[in-house]
Amino acid sequence: MIWDSWTDFIGMGGYALYVWGSFAVAVLAVGGEQGALALRRRAALRAAGARP
Amino acid sequence: MLSIGTPITTGGQPQPRVARWLRFASPQAFLPLADRLIPWLHAIALVLAAAGLYIGLFAAPTDHQQGDSYRIIFVHVPAAWLSMVIYMAMAFWAGVGLVLNTRLSAMMASALAPTGALFTFLALWTGALWGKPTWGAWWVWDARLTSELILLFLYIGFMALQAAISDPRRADRAGAVLALVGVVNVPIIYFSVQWWNTLHQGSSVSLRSAPTMAALMLQGMLIMALALWAYAGAAVLQRLRAIVLERERHTEWIQRYITERK
Amino acid sequence: MLNALLLVIRRDLLLAFRRRTDVLSTLVFFVIVCTLFPLGVGPEPELLRTLGPGVLWVAALLASTLALNRLFGLDHADGTLEQLLLSPEPLVLIVAGKVAAHWLISGLPLVLLTPLLALQFGLDGQATASLALSLLIGTPALSLVGAIGAALTLDVRGGGVLVALLVLPLYAPVLIFGAGAAVAEAGGGAAEANLLLLGGLLAGAAALAPWATASALRISLE
Repeated sequence: MIWDSWTDFIGMGGYALYVWGSFAVAVLAVGGEQGALALRRRAALRAAGARP
Repeated sequence: MLSIGTPITTGGQPQPRVARWLRFASPQAFLPLADRLIPWLHAIALVLAAAGLYIGLFAAPTDHQQGDSYRIIFVHVPAAWLSMVIYMAMAFWAGVGLVLNTRLSAMMASALAPTGALFTFLALWTGALWGKPTWGAWWVWDARLTSELILLFLYIGFMALQAAISDPRRADRAGAVLALVGVVNVPIIYFSVQWWNTLHQGSSVSLRSAPTMAALMLQGMLIMALALWAYAGAAVLQRLRAIVLERERHTEWIQRYITERK
Repeated sequence: MLNALLLVIRRDLLLAFRRRTDVLSTLVFFVIVCTLFPLGVGPEPELLRTLGPGVLWVAALLASTLALNRLFGLDHADGTLEQLLLSPEPLVLIVAGKVAAHWLISGLPLVLLTPLLALQFGLDGQATASLALSLLIGTPALSLVGAIGAALTLDVRGGGVLVALLVLPLYAPVLIFGAGAAVAEAGGGAAEANLLLLGGLLAGAAALAPWATASALRISLE
């Protein structure tokens, strides 16, 4: 590990906003997509299961 | 009583390997396969992402030119690569569906589009966040970023066209033509944007001027690319599953599938 | 076969002539858009001279997109299009004819109006000539590629804007080479290169687009 401390790690050499802004949006994108897919699956199952 | 996924053989002879794979072209055979693949792909994605992020955030050294801001490439470059790969895959499956008239191939193309668009957006967003500390502006008309932006419009156009057409088979085929026209245009667009970029700027403002790749940085990027690829596979299969459920909900085998799941 | 092609072109031209207002409104749109830009960026001559070619090109793109609905829309509305699909003549030929007529109606007039609009932007004779030449080669490519979008969105809801959404990204290379040819020094290497590339795009579009358009028409009309 190349960081001297956790504070250094979070700070990313002054570029915290840019680096963490990027990774945060990536995580949000993945999470958002999974959420949307779960909702879609539930709706699809309901629409299919509701039929006699 | 035939259960879902039982291969129907003629005369009890073993089928050749190709024909056995072809049965997955049927939505009915595909669903159980998807159910098995999706958790594995998610697992692979998580493991690879953990490894890639460890390298990217903890092991790779700080660049003396760009400081720690360069670490964004561990997301930016894989996302950009995948956005292109997914578009190629989308056009491929759309073409297969158009030529062979297989419904599942067309559904696969439709399933690929939103994930591809998401990665394109991610590439643009991370590109902007990388550009600001490096070049001082939130948006630079760099050849690669501009091409990514146009690629995003191509994805959106495909999704908008399919959403606007109510008949699903017509939507499949129309989308296929659009995707094929798009895939032919992508190299042309990329070349023309490169041309435009060098025409208007002496020193090319290029995000390709990443730090000279230490081996570790390259490894990290490749691992992240594989991780995103596995995740994309899982997400696309999840969406394809939902599309099959939506489109085939009137059939009997779907009812059996749903009750057997419980 | 040439007979059929000319027949289709003649028919479309005749029909357009009978509905002159439709055709003219596309041209007026072109003029208005070109007029709006100076209102937006200010009347400073040097700035306008720099922007001129690019503005005219974008306006031509937008005007061309607006005119696309007329390409198949009118024939589709009265059932002629379905009859055309049943014709023994190859559909690709019929499409080529319609696109040619469309360019004569909506593309060529833009080129002819260019000297007038170049005045608004203070472009000199040399620059105007370059611009007009680039539009002359580029607008047919726009019509060819646009036809694909028009065929795909036949009687789809949200048609007009949807066509623009589909077709404008595909127009980007034409715009880049066209505007590049217009701004480059006439006779210089850069101008020639841009025009050659533009010509290449036109050739490629002429070879491939009618075929894609014909496929799209069959899909839309099944």
